Amino acid sequence: MSVMITGLSTRGGIEVLKKVTTAVTLTAGLALSVSANAEELRLLTWGGYAPQEVIDQFEKETGIEVKVTLSNNEDMISKLRATRGAGFDLAQPSQDRVASAQQEFRIYKPMDMSKIDSKPYIQSMLKSTQSSTTVNGKAFGVPHVWGTSGIIANLPEGQDSYRYTDLCSSDYAGSVSYRLKRPTLIAFAFDLGEDPFAAYNDVEKYTQIMGKVEEKLIACKSNVKTYWSGSDNLLNLLRSGEVTLAMGWDAGGWKLGDEQENIRYVAPESGALGWIDTFVLPARGQNDEAAYKWINFVNQPEIAAKITASAGQFTASAEAAKFVDEKLSKKYQASFDQAALDNIKWYPPVPAGLEAIEGRVLDRIKAAQ
Amino acid sequence: MNAFSSSKASGKKLALFLLLTPFALHLFFLILLPHLEILNISLRERVSYGIYKFSLMNYEAFFTEPLYWRTFLRTAVMSILTTAITLIVAFPVAWYIAKVVRGRTKGLLFLACLIPFWVSELVRTYGWMILLRETGVISNLLQWAGLAVGPVEMLYNDATVMLGLVYTSMLFMVVPLVSTLDGMDDSLVEAAYDLGGNGWNALREVVIPYAMPGIVSGCIVVFMLSLGNYLTPILLGGKDSLWFTDQIFTQFITRFNWEQGAAFGVLLLILSSLIVWLGLKLSRQSFSETMGR
Repeated sequence: MSVMITGLSTRGGIEVLKKVTTAVTLTAGLALSVSANAEELRLLTWGGYAPQEVIDQFEKETGIEVKVTLSNNEDMISKLRATRGAGFDLAQPSQDRVASAQQEFRIYKPMDMSKIDSKPYIQSMLKSTQSSTTVNGKAFGVPHVWGTSGIIANLPEGQDSYRYTDLCSSDYAGSVSYRLKRPTLIAFAFDLGEDPFAAYNDVEKYTQIMGKVEEKLIACKSNVKTYWSGSDNLLNLLRSGEVTLAMGWDAGGWKLGDEQENIRYVAPESGALGWIDTFVLPARGQNDEAAYKWINFVNQPEIAAKITASAGQFTASAEAAKFVDEKLSKKYQASFDQAALDNIKWYPPVPAGLEAIEGRVLDRIKAAQ
Repeated sequence: MNAFSSSKASGKKLALFLLLTPFALHLFFLILLPHLEILNISLRERVSYGIYKFSLMNYEAFFTEPLYWRTFLRTAVMSILTTAITLIVAFPVAWYIAKVVRGRTKGLLFLACLIPFWVSELVRTYGWMILLRETGVISNLLQWAGLAVGPVEMLYNDATVMLGLVYTSMLFMVVPLVSTLDGMDDSLVEAAYDLGGNGWNALREVVIPYAMPGIVSGCIVVFMLSLGNYLTPILLGGKDSLWFTDQIFTQFITRFNWEQGAAFGVLLLILSSLIVWLGLKLSRQSFSETMGR
């Protein structure tokens, strides 16, 4: 919506502003598709996943220019849905969101695995991602960056272990923050002793679990300072001390730990939630060759380590650990001992229709007083 | 002679046609077509992967799920309140600019109203957040002056949302008010006093009726801007900030439910037009008159 003011004139003393014209312009979904330059890669990704240093090196080696658009899961799917898979050559949604989006909107094309150099990968992660992104026998995604959601605490003498339901404890009244999105619902479900992932395909059971979570989150809504919406938003709240206990991403917690010693990222008792961001090819991408080149390029251990340094998140490149900054590895080990690692709950593919159930729950929590 | 005049007439016609074409194209492709598409999307229901059928389900959901229409009602009431507060704050300002100051000062004052709009709404809203947050400027100032014992949180409530909306809409009220008040002859006010009226009588009987078209057009613009605002309520309102545009955004972007979002969009258009129409009826103004001035 744009509002234009015309007729601003300061003639003589004043004879100002004769008219206010309001022009409401709805930009039409006219996708003016400009045919991409052959040597250009349009990448739809998350913040930090394509650092300038890596882009420059890639351009130097291949001559391909990389154009980056920052996004998030829902936004990626919405963008590609609006153009039926055009406008980008490579995208990076999380692995659990690929299959349903593909079934529903047909916005991707299958990965040609013969063009992927599979050697540098953590093999188990490559296999599981391929199987979770398979639709009609064809795999659509390969893993790239992975991480977890857990608890970030800014407390001087903190305990060693936390639960998600600590976010509801009166000890932290008014200084709690989390996202009002599906990871929060899933996390609380686990903490309340349920297994939401096992109920993914059982609508009735899942609705019942979500009902339980809804009750809990509404009951302790007064605890929440505000729902955070983006990573920077959360970091600001924690940094200023306005929020002392939050659910958030590991990288954010580690980053804050660098700045303030008493801020830590903790894997909760019921398990941190693990996600893997993938590479997928949009259905009407125009430069698949460049896309494959980029995928193989960023999985070389040295390059992957650079991305880890930039995003604060680890990659699917097996050998990269050798090149990763020691400080970050230490923080990772402090947050995850072997038991916590084994306890990570990895998101299975989300079946279509689940989001509608969660949506109604989230709406009701938002509306509750 | 005859041939000459007819060619002149057709020339005029051609000129009119050429002038009108860009406007008509704009109207059709950028306004009408998207709205029709939105209407079309709102009238279908998802059956299975990529298969849809005609249904009024999405409209039904608005009226049967109290959450949705309550959010709309809340948004509308808060927007009306915002409009009223903006009018009350802006009227003296406009009067001062139009009637009291002269010459250079007038231009400067106008500029002062305009300057906040040189930065984007996002920046302005973040500015308010820096001022009002618990560790923010005002909270620290109060503690320093000894007026508050601990940190004061002024963000994340309805009053703050209102503050942000009024601030965002000020200019759009001041401008039409100044332009109508500017045209008013001062002798009208003098006459009111001469006839034995006091300040209140003059305001009620002379100034307000004269400025009515400006008031109404300002109110329409401010109301529509507040109703359609997204950033300010979301950023300043925090966990309880229910705003109807947020519902539309959520349906489209995070739920992938374009059908429901489109239905909400159509309803927002219809209901807000209805409220404006009601406002015009109550103030006995016509739309073309107020906007044409």
